[in-house]
Amino acid sequence: MMILSGDPPRSRVLSALLIVIVALLALAPFLFPGAKPLNVATKICVFAALVASYDLLLGYTGTVSFAHTMFYGIGSYGIAIALYTLGPTWTAVGAGLACGLPLAVLLALAIGLFSLRVQAIFFAMITLAVASAFLVLASQLSGLTGGEDGRSFQLPELLRPGTVFAKGVFGITVSGRTLTYYIVFVGAAAMILALLRVVNSPFGRVLQAIRENRFRAEALGYRTVFHLTLANCIAALVAAFAGALNALWLRYAGPDTSLAFSIMLDILLMVVIGGMGTIYGAIIGAVIFILAQNYLQALMGLASSAAADAGLPLLPGLLHPDRWLLWLGLLFIASVYFFPTGVVGRLRGAARQ
Amino acid sequence: MSELAADEALPEPPRDIVPAALPIVLALVMLPLSGSASSWVTLTVASLAMGMMIFIMASGLTLVFGLMDVLNFGHGAFIAVGAYVATLAFGPLAAWMQSDSLLDNLAALLPAGLLAMAVSGALGAVFERVLILPVYGQHLKQILITMGGLIVAEQSLYALWGPQQIPLPLPGALRGSFILGDIAIAKYRVLAMVVGLVVFVGTLLVLNRTKVGLLIRAGVENREMVEALGYRVRRLFLGVFMVGSALAGLGGVMWGLYREQIHASMGGDLMILIFIVVIIGGLGSVTGCFIGAILVAMVANYGGFLLPKLALVSNILLMVAILMWRPRGLYPVTNR
Repeated sequence: MMILSGDPPRSRVLSALLIVIVALLALAPFLFPGAKPLNVATKICVFAALVASYDLLLGYTGTVSFAHTMFYGIGSYGIAIALYTLGPTWTAVGAGLACGLPLAVLLALAIGLFSLRVQAIFFAMITLAVASAFLVLASQLSGLTGGEDGRSFQLPELLRPGTVFAKGVFGITVSGRTLTYYIVFVGAAAMILALLRVVNSPFGRVLQAIRENRFRAEALGYRTVFHLTLANCIAALVAAFAGALNALWLRYAGPDTSLAFSIMLDILLMVVIGGMGTIYGAIIGAVIFILAQNYLQALMGLASSAAADAGLPLLPGLLHPDRWLLWLGLLFIASVYFFPTGVVGRLRGAARQ
Repeated sequence: MSELAADEALPEPPRDIVPAALPIVLALVMLPLSGSASSWVTLTVASLAMGMMIFIMASGLTLVFGLMDVLNFGHGAFIAVGAYVATLAFGPLAAWMQSDSLLDNLAALLPAGLLAMAVSGALGAVFERVLILPVYGQHLKQILITMGGLIVAEQSLYALWGPQQIPLPLPGALRGSFILGDIAIAKYRVLAMVVGLVVFVGTLLVLNRTKVGLLIRAGVENREMVEALGYRVRRLFLGVFMVGSALAGLGGVMWGLYREQIHASMGGDLMILIFIVVIIGGLGSVTGCFIGAILVAMVANYGGFLLPKLALVSNILLMVAILMWRPRGLYPVTNR
């Protein structure tokens, strides 16, 4: 209870799901050896933390930010640029974090002070504009960021796949890659637990009060701009750290993996599918979405070629794997309408009856 | 405050001309910086033309927000749809498009523009009825839903037309420039400026000289009061939404011809520029939107000429500067 900050899943099905997910992720290197499943597992960990931090904004304060990938990207690029320029040492990892995380927080502070005073819609537009400018900057300042190609880099000795710690543990080789996975897993788990702590603190209650009625919260004497800006900074910090973990795993940071607007849409979808304002929803949303992204697209490809063989008009184009965002968009609209509380909200609602 | 006699005219509201003077001042400041008169004219015409096109696309968005407090993140969809639909009309009219006679060209451009406006407007009506109607008054859901609508529209365009860029060459008589001494003015930019001015003046006339315009302005000011007087603001709003979408479609065609190529993601890309314009102008203000569009285009063109690296973030800097001066935009209209 302590570790969950007194905010248990409150539904048997949800608890069981979460236990299964966490157990599978914790044992992933042993249960699913192989490059692709481990990549998927890492992505789930990183995105669960990233989406949870976005949930702090969207679900708990009711502000829509489109700049979350920017902070994620700052974390990624911090690690990448530091390891690229300083060489594969632990000092470089520390330097990357020490530059990336404060930069993300400062930028979040600036945006927050500048635009959180007015209504949510204003904040959404400004973050969209700032994030797009940042994306352009990152792809144009190629001397620093590597431009469109991004930056590939070497990891410190201990984390390289070539470093073998033990052979034949439950039939797999424990290598530096396994260690990196566990760093990502533990980091993501720590961030999610920390966010649970934040949202269940008195501070988190004020955020919810602001979400429900900002005017009344202000009348009660809370400085709403301060609270919203602090929430924005915390979310940016977690996002940047998640970005750093992702860069460590990929050994690469580039516009497509860390800054692209499509990632922002993915995050939005995961929050909405999982359930806004729950934190647990982030884990469920990330698992559903990333599994679908990695395994459903193959199915779409099969369906598309089957439709093409059958000579149907239009369908091959609509079912082409590249058009997967189309179905995602439809799913997104449908879930906002019919499913606004997400999977977690539904399960909790069922448990209450 | 002094009392008014019954037969006395109401006092004129104070005119606020400082924002309107901004583009002129900016252009004058640029005069000595640009090096030569010919490059100054070229740059200024380029900014005015670009600004007019952005205004055409953004005007609908600002009115829709002002009237109904709906910010449509899917507005960009109408831009892309308009541009794509126009290519359908350009196909059969190719002979007129390639002709060197201006009349032939206009005979091709006019139906294409009208078709784009009609389809975008119709799509706007569907968009409003299906997506936005259920989420009136809920900002969070509006943002999410309209964002989803943008994605679906964009991906549908990809599915129907394929992922490649479609070239959209300018018609024969509009290629090239007018040459006056050592000053070159691209012909198409003149056309864009004329169309933009017509739209701006037309919008202002409708808003200020007709009953519908009166109702729209009253609705922007205080929706409940207009409703209480028995007018159906919802229906009015649907009309404004359709006109705004149709204008966005027209803007899409013009932008596509300006760039001489179209792409399904153009709507989403332009959205960011349009948001900046709408924020700078003050949400809900058509005049503000017009000035904002010209300012954004000027900063982009002048900035790109003086400091190419700065041009990447010049829009953001302009927005920050304007909002520092007037936190609610140049001409704040709504009390929201």
